Amino acid sequence: MFVLIIWIVATLCLVASFLNNKEKTMNSLKVAWKFFRSMALPVLIIIWIIGFLLSFLSPEIISKTVGQEAGLRGVVFSALFGSIVLIQAFIAFPLAGSLLRQGANISAIAAFVTTLVMVGIVTAPLEVKFLGRQFTFWRNFLSFIFAVIIALIMGAVLG
Amino acid sequence: MKKFFTSFNFILLLLVCNILVFISSRQKGLSIVLTAKNYLFEMFSILPPIIIIIGLFDVWMPKKVIERSMGRSSGLKGILVAIFMGTAAMGPLYVAFPVGISLIKKGASLFNTTIFLCVWASIKIPMILFEIKFLGPDFAGLRLALTIPSIIIISLLLTIILNRSHCYEKI
Repeated sequence: MFVLIIWIVATLCLVASFLNNKEKTMNSLKVAWKFFRSMALPVLIIIWIIGFLLSFLSPEIISKTVGQEAGLRGVVFSALFGSIVLIQAFIAFPLAGSLLRQGANISAIAAFVTTLVMVGIVTAPLEVKFLGRQFTFWRNFLSFIFAVIIALIMGAVLG
Repeated sequence: MKKFFTSFNFILLLLVCNILVFISSRQKGLSIVLTAKNYLFEMFSILPPIIIIIGLFDVWMPKKVIERSMGRSSGLKGILVAIFMGTAAMGPLYVAFPVGISLIKKGASLFNTTIFLCVWASIKIPMILFEIKFLGPDFAGLRLALTIPSIIIISLLLTIILNRSHCYEKI
């Protein structure tokens, strides 16, 4: 149902755009195609890795590292993991979803997803170059703290 | 050495691992492929419309428009513009850093620029759709509802800290 709505919305937007400006719309399709090509192999890889993970990691192991049993330690661990790795949210959401279905803690998954998008240790040197050391440190530090807070609230509400 | 770690080689590696698993245990080997296949279908049911939306955003919301409309707006309007522009813009966060500095140079406040950068990083319409699909509407909705006030508080604290240490002038 949700997927159907998105298809309809995307189609309507595309038609509206096409009626407004044909050239721009063709360009947008080119951008979309480029994006798809850059995504295709990484998506295939991560999906395959999910296949391995779900076949080998038992729900008990997942529960021990990022599940109820792990508690706050699991949340902080997930938040650190999300801060360090640099993967597209497109690839991370299916992975996070599969872990959630296998018994991972809502807080841990929320912490991972939130720090993944908001905190960037790998991109920090670039951020320093443009916005300065102080800005970079405080933005990432505050984002990390708030990601953990968001995660804990989500765990309390949805868990 | 660099050439060795291409996506293609990674896929070959996964294929070899999968075959090895299959030889040692048929059931496990098959379950890997079947799980991956299910996720692949799920992914491709939603990926095409989302990349179409991404393409449209990219064409109709170029960086120049963002810079122009955020330049001097302030107050509540400034916050709303920053949030709106951040969600509509496309691309990874490191693309936003140069935009952020040029916004400050064009007269946008540090507070609004920080909001813009944080929103760019964490709130994207196609991403939210994706999150709803894979993590559920409750998860995505609550995370969004908590993220927006967090971003405003983060930006406020950051502005206070940087103004106190007078390094705002330096950037």
